[in-house]
Amino acid sequence: MKVEQIAIFLENRSGRLAEITGILAEKGINIRAMSLADTSDFGILRLIVNDTESACKVLKEKGFTVGTTEVVVAEVQDKPGGLANVLQIIKKADLNIEYMYAFTQKSGETGLIIFRFEKLDAAINALVNGGIRLLSGEEVYAI
Amino acid sequence: MIYNEEYETLPREALEALQLKRLRSQIERIHARVPYYRAKMDEAGVAPGDIKTLADIGKLPFTTKEDLRKNYPFGLFTVPLERVVRIHASSGTTGQPTVVGYTKRDIAIWSELMARCLTAAGATPRDVIHNAYGYGLFTGGLGAHYGAETLGATVIPVSGGNTKRQIMLMRDFRSTVLLCTPSYALNLAEAMVDMGIDPKEMALKVGVFGAEPWSENMREEIEKQLGLKAIDIYGLSEIIGPGVAVECAEEQKGLHVMEDHFLPEIVHPETFAPLPLGEKGELVFTTLTKEAFPVIRYRTKDFSRLITAPCACGRTFHRMEKVTGRSDDMLIIRGVNVFPSQIEHVLISIEGVEPHYQIIVDREGTLDTLEVQVEVSDTIFSDEVKKLEGLPKKIQNEIKDLLGVSCRVKLVEPKSIQRSEGKAKRVIDKRKI
Repeated sequence: MKVEQIAIFLENRSGRLAEITGILAEKGINIRAMSLADTSDFGILRLIVNDTESACKVLKEKGFTVGTTEVVVAEVQDKPGGLANVLQIIKKADLNIEYMYAFTQKSGETGLIIFRFEKLDAAINALVNGGIRLLSGEEVYAI
Repeated sequence: MIYNEEYETLPREALEALQLKRLRSQIERIHARVPYYRAKMDEAGVAPGDIKTLADIGKLPFTTKEDLRKNYPFGLFTVPLERVVRIHASSGTTGQPTVVGYTKRDIAIWSELMARCLTAAGATPRDVIHNAYGYGLFTGGLGAHYGAETLGATVIPVSGGNTKRQIMLMRDFRSTVLLCTPSYALNLAEAMVDMGIDPKEMALKVGVFGAEPWSENMREEIEKQLGLKAIDIYGLSEIIGPGVAVECAEEQKGLHVMEDHFLPEIVHPETFAPLPLGEKGELVFTTLTKEAFPVIRYRTKDFSRLITAPCACGRTFHRMEKVTGRSDDMLIIRGVNVFPSQIEHVLISIEGVEPHYQIIVDREGTLDTLEVQVEVSDTIFSDEVKKLEGLPKKIQNEIKDLLGVSCRVKLVEPKSIQRSEGKAKRVIDKRKI
């Protein structure tokens, strides 16, 4: 139920993002989901890719600071109230979301929300008990 | 004007005789009272009796900041603490402060030297002196304060900070003399304009500026903006504090060294061999009259040369040329001495921070800025913004606590700091002083 995510440290300089995507493209690595958190000085690029290990390796070789973290990918109905339902469950379980971002599947019927929790296992329990379907790593990497 | 006509205009021959007499008794006293100095002299195979001429000073071993560090805090004092009436301290190279002490007589001499300096700059007992040097452990504030009182002037002990209030007080009190760092003088001028006050409407006529290096260009700028005569003053706490040397208002060219109390030498920056008068090298001082904390051949790491030509002011003391650089990597940021090693010390004490860093010094407007760039290693990296933003704040706070200087810490990508072959280039100083 845990999905591996890559995080990369970026200085706010032009062309850095293009460089990273270029490196991944060259290795045939496909990006499944991404988000970029930025501050006035730096950015943190978060990626879910089809081959986490190779992506980390090649980026480290190219001199980037790379870390991996485990996140949860939850499926939500693509209709009004879909996300609200998931967030209610998280609220009731008194869990803090460190950050989250969303992407859609090809089918377009469901949306996927990626959550980073401080208490990962507790969050997984709460969501599963609340009837939310969580995607496995294999499912996400294969999207 | 000359404050102590008798001593400041002594014919060279009489001055040198006085220096020799004072040097011999000083060396004898230090040798008898400080085991550390005695051991160093024994090691160098020199006894107090070997000092027969002023040139014999070359036989004595040097004293460095490292010696002071080894004897922290009071190991080099020559009198019991009960005779010490004041302690000052400045930051050392690795976080341990450099501690100096004064007896009552030391304070009296220091006060007279500062009164001489203020007089040389053109101040009189009728002046109102705005003293914006920092009060506290730093020697600048209290040193200048006692000198101004000894002179009999009216002192405003305003210390550093709170620029707007300073300007208001300076205007309302009709202050005529300004004491501060040269960069702060420019800062004051700029702030006056921002407040809609014409600096020329102030009563200021002279400024005595020191504690950091400044150029002739900066002097022109300060004189033009504040409408006063800008005088350079030199000193360091290890010798006594401000008041070791000062320019005279007559020539503003070279700083008269208070040679009846300090013996200056210029040595080769690498071989440390004494250089002939007039040549440029590292400035070395021996105190001739200090009681609590005398030093023998203290290496200042400041570059200068001695000027022997007679001066229009009538003082017979040799002049040292304005300090143009240093033989070590000490930076002076807004008047505060900063060694890159101190910043490194802070960085490596924080878990996971790698010693790949760079210090960038610049000047924005009139104020020095300090930026520390730290490479983000895998261990300190986090995918969470708040964690990653907390790190520079932590480093900033620790540097502020230890060094008393504010800085900006910027996280950079690994390998983005240039790796040089051999000695790493830690400091980029972009200031045009």
